[in-house]
Amino acid sequence: MTSTPHAPARASSYDADERGWFGDFGGRFMPEALVAALDELTEAWQDAMADPAFVASFEAICRDYAGTPSRLYEARRLSDKVGARILLKREDLNHTGAHKIRNVLGQALLTQRMGKKRVIAETGAGQHGVASATAAAYFGMECTVYMGAVDVKRQALNVARMNLLGAKVVSVDGGSATLKDAINEALREWVSTVDHTAYLFGTAAGPHPFPSMVRDFARGIGDEARAQCLEQYGVLPDAIAACVGGGSNAIGLYQAFLDDEDVAIYGFEPGGDGVETGRHAATIHAADSGVLHGARTYVLQDEDGQTIESHSISAGLDYPGVGPQHAHLAKTGRVTYLPITDAQAMDALSLLSRTEGIIPAIESAHAIAGALDVAKRLGEEKGPDATVLINLSGRGDKDMETAMEWFDL
Amino acid sequence: MSNTSATAFEKARADGRAALVGYLPAGYPDVDGGIDALRCLVDSGCDVIEIGLPYSDPVMDGPTIQAAAQHALEGGVRTRDVLRTVEAVAATGVPTLVMTYWNPVERYGVPRFAADLASAGGAGLITPDLTPDSAPEWIAAADEHDLDKVFLVAPSSTDARVAMTTAACRGFVYATAVMGVTGARTTTSDLAGPLVARTRQTTDLPVGVGLGVSNGDQAAEVASYADGVIVGSAFVRALLDQDDRAAGLRALAALTEDLAAGVRRA
Repeated sequence: MTSTPHAPARASSYDADERGWFGDFGGRFMPEALVAALDELTEAWQDAMADPAFVASFEAICRDYAGTPSRLYEARRLSDKVGARILLKREDLNHTGAHKIRNVLGQALLTQRMGKKRVIAETGAGQHGVASATAAAYFGMECTVYMGAVDVKRQALNVARMNLLGAKVVSVDGGSATLKDAINEALREWVSTVDHTAYLFGTAAGPHPFPSMVRDFARGIGDEARAQCLEQYGVLPDAIAACVGGGSNAIGLYQAFLDDEDVAIYGFEPGGDGVETGRHAATIHAADSGVLHGARTYVLQDEDGQTIESHSISAGLDYPGVGPQHAHLAKTGRVTYLPITDAQAMDALSLLSRTEGIIPAIESAHAIAGALDVAKRLGEEKGPDATVLINLSGRGDKDMETAMEWFDL
Repeated sequence: MSNTSATAFEKARADGRAALVGYLPAGYPDVDGGIDALRCLVDSGCDVIEIGLPYSDPVMDGPTIQAAAQHALEGGVRTRDVLRTVEAVAATGVPTLVMTYWNPVERYGVPRFAADLASAGGAGLITPDLTPDSAPEWIAAADEHDLDKVFLVAPSSTDARVAMTTAACRGFVYATAVMGVTGARTTTSDLAGPLVARTRQTTDLPVGVGLGVSNGDQAAEVASYADGVIVGSAFVRALLDQDDRAAGLRALAALTEDLAAGVRRA
């Protein structure tokens, strides 16, 4: 029997325990002042996910407003090129241009259910900030977005979009004035406003329940893709792939496939200038366990445990931590994580643009780059019916300035 | 023999007053300058010392302490410098704790950190982002080395969590008086008194109140219902506001004396 895109969510063998531990990773390393709010959120989220009315309402908003289920598209010219079937999960066609809208609509709907009227969010490049501002406008909520001062300057267009959507953007000067510092500032702000404000966390990281909750709101990607692949081709893919920064699009894709043992799963991390240069954001590749932003996970850190600045051409992957479920999936060997350099990602961006007429986000281009290698190998082993399903997590419009500079356009 | 901070609270209580607990980050303006500043707190009337371990991602600190910690890190301060600072300050005989976010301890190695802290004469740790339910490794190491475990309670803590937290504390209990980050405030919080009362229902340990106190009058007010008055940002501010070190130390001494007088007139 084939499932439908909106079949009830299945648990996987790689889920967290009730205290948010994925094996050795996750948990909750947070100030006591926020524990009551995190407990309240955990209870509200679990209660909501068990309520068919909430789930139906979430699905209806995603469908009618965000445009899901997103299409599963067979990239024929690209498939011919690599000798295997390439399927793209077109999250780039969602409203606001990426998978992130699912998570913010879910969290904002939950906020409404909890009776809170204000949301805050952190953002790096501005994509989660724009998504949060969008959801806040949809639900009629007040929204403040924290953004590193460095990012405010280099992502002026997204700052303007957030302002246009009615959100307030707060520039953060502390630390390295980038995404991790925006998270720090949002957490500080949350401590003092927690009684009436929800924190819409942008990725499947942070303290319990965020890694599991964000995954649950993003898992429609994989639930849909799995059902679409079965319906369209009668088989599951041989391999699936996604890019991994914090890891929300990846875990959203993976969750439905984790217990399909015959499906190989790949995650492609931002290798920056190359992992050997030290200028990268390939947290899992570095494999150094630590505590950052409330969870034990893999962290880019120095020998004293101070967070090291990450480097990636892709602002959305430029984060020195990673969601704890990914750390667990790496350690257990269920998922293979590999670094992709800036140059490899930009080559893939160009290739997909010219071969399929799709300009992907640079984040998603990491997944394309890595998955094409996998596809070539599988095609050689199994022939042209070998199938690789890639999450095309976002569109590349936001990256045109970077592309102009890179390709000298 | 144990160097628990509880002895300083007992002594203050015997004098009929609250204890004054002073915080500064290690390594500000540099390691030796930080030691001088901390010794100045001791000389001018602090009963317990908290030494902050500068960390790259201080989610519970406001701009003042963030700025000093960032300056210290940019100056190259290391975890071993913090331990050297502890040794120099603990040598004065005043109970000296380290206040630290969790990752630097985890990275150093929890048992190794506990052992090195104990051998430096440190009294224990205050852990703003580690609650007892996430702290089995630290609790075991602290118990092995006879160290204080100071966990925080907050106005938002349920009664059950207050009880769980105080049961795991040794030395004293740190009550965060406001829902917010560190930083001097013009008025003290009306959330503090009820939180101290709730905390006292669960423990005989002394209860210190922190976040926001910046002068003797506020200290006197807090001292009227708490066992300890914790001051951090105001001390850091005193240092940040002065151009040269001698002036910084003079400002620090004057502020400490004002606060020490405050806890004595409650």
